[in-house]
Amino acid sequence: MLKFVKHLARTLKNSIRDLLPIFAVIAFFQLAVLQQPIPNLPDLVIGFMLVVIGLTLFIYGLETGLFPIGENMARDFASKGSLPWLLAFAFALGFGTTVAEPALIAVADEAAQVAATGGMIEDNESSRTEYASGLRLTVALSVGFAILLGVIRIIKGWPVQYLIIGGYIGVVIMTYFAPDEIIGIAYDSGGVTTSTITVPLVTALGVGLASNIKGRNPVIDGFGLIAFASLSPMIFVMGFGIIVT
Amino acid sequence: MTALMNFIDTLVLTIRDVLPILAILIGFQLFVLRRKIPNLKPVAIGFVFVLFGLTFFLLGLEKALFPLGKLMAEQLTNPDFLGLPDPTVKGHWLDYSWVYLFAFAIGFSTTIAEPSLLAVAIKAQQVSGGAIAATGLRIAVALGVAIGISIGTYRIVSGTPLTYYIIAGYIVVIIQTFYAPKIITALAYDSGGVTTSTVTVPLVAALGLGLSTQVPGSNPLLDGFGLIAFASLFPIMAVLGYAQIGEWRNRRQNKSQPQGER
Repeated sequence: MLKFVKHLARTLKNSIRDLLPIFAVIAFFQLAVLQQPIPNLPDLVIGFMLVVIGLTLFIYGLETGLFPIGENMARDFASKGSLPWLLAFAFALGFGTTVAEPALIAVADEAAQVAATGGMIEDNESSRTEYASGLRLTVALSVGFAILLGVIRIIKGWPVQYLIIGGYIGVVIMTYFAPDEIIGIAYDSGGVTTSTITVPLVTALGVGLASNIKGRNPVIDGFGLIAFASLSPMIFVMGFGIIVT
Repeated sequence: MTALMNFIDTLVLTIRDVLPILAILIGFQLFVLRRKIPNLKPVAIGFVFVLFGLTFFLLGLEKALFPLGKLMAEQLTNPDFLGLPDPTVKGHWLDYSWVYLFAFAIGFSTTIAEPSLLAVAIKAQQVSGGAIAATGLRIAVALGVAIGISIGTYRIVSGTPLTYYIIAGYIVVIIQTFYAPKIITALAYDSGGVTTSTVTVPLVAALGLGLSTQVPGSNPLLDGFGLIAFASLFPIMAVLGYAQIGEWRNRRQNKSQPQGER
């Protein structure tokens, strides 16, 4: 019990330290630059406390829950030695966590708006919804594929930079052919796919696999899954843009 | 009462986001791996902590940070505040200096508070046996995001094409990759993806949208996007650079030490 309290107290202290810069920036710009009083100070204080408590609980749960689950599953998959199931798991994790991602839903809706205004699709409710869900499905498929490819890379021990550079070349080529309206959205979609719960799980999976496969270095080979997951949507979304027009 | 309702709403939303993940984890654990999770109780408690933690975190952000941050992004990009005489004529790019500074500050501070970056940094420090320090990594990433978003706002002001910046960025990353220590490469690429998450995206998106609405000749639907892309590209350079500087300093120390002893 005492250990639990001590751990929590240390996490709490770190959370406060991590959140101070944000509030310093807000206060400085509001008071010194815009020279306006801070509106609704009590709300701000309560909000700050909630954020601190939330980050503390999250980090604590991360270390006792999310990381161990990811590592355990990686170890079990490595010792079971069934490649097809591991790849199915990798794809499911990437697809399942992305398709319901709120940030992605928001971006897809905005993108449908842009497409409708730009005359790429008809400007009515049903064609916008169709466009938005098509885009979401595209991104989710691409993330599933990315995690799958990333897991193969860890198993084979391919150097990460060749795949990434290949991906960059893919992005540049697609940019050349894709309609202008989709490019900004495609570039942004890479950043929004990886949510706060997916990242720790996927990281633990990669590092866990690399630690349990002989000849792999957990730092050099274990990381990189997130990078694939943020690169492949860019290519897929531009592909989606080309097909739709 | 409304506070409680808000809490429950956010909790339900968080649970809905987590459900597919949980279903996949449990499904594979039960039907494919067919093994019990060791220490099931603390793991389950940890999961509940994550759920409640995220709920409180999002609730606090919605209550305090986002409304004020979005309002500030609007006010800072306003021609009246920037002292532009005619709002229909674009000012000199230096007239927007406060915007660049705000972009830098908000990019840095939101990245330091980003939970997913924290998770990756903790893991990196663990598996590298402390060779990669969590704090150093996070500061490097945050500086990358700060510089990236500042340049991104300059791009919106100047109206130059996004593609040129991204391609130039890729070229720099590729060159750096050849010279940076191998141990950092994968981690550096990863840090591009984790920076833009819960805290950063809403504020940065508001800044991009506000700025492209106010700058004459700029189309919010086209130019409002792209800031996130900057925030994912520049941390890669920053982390590779951080490792390069570290290696360079080690080499210099090793060189000067034997001479110092003589």
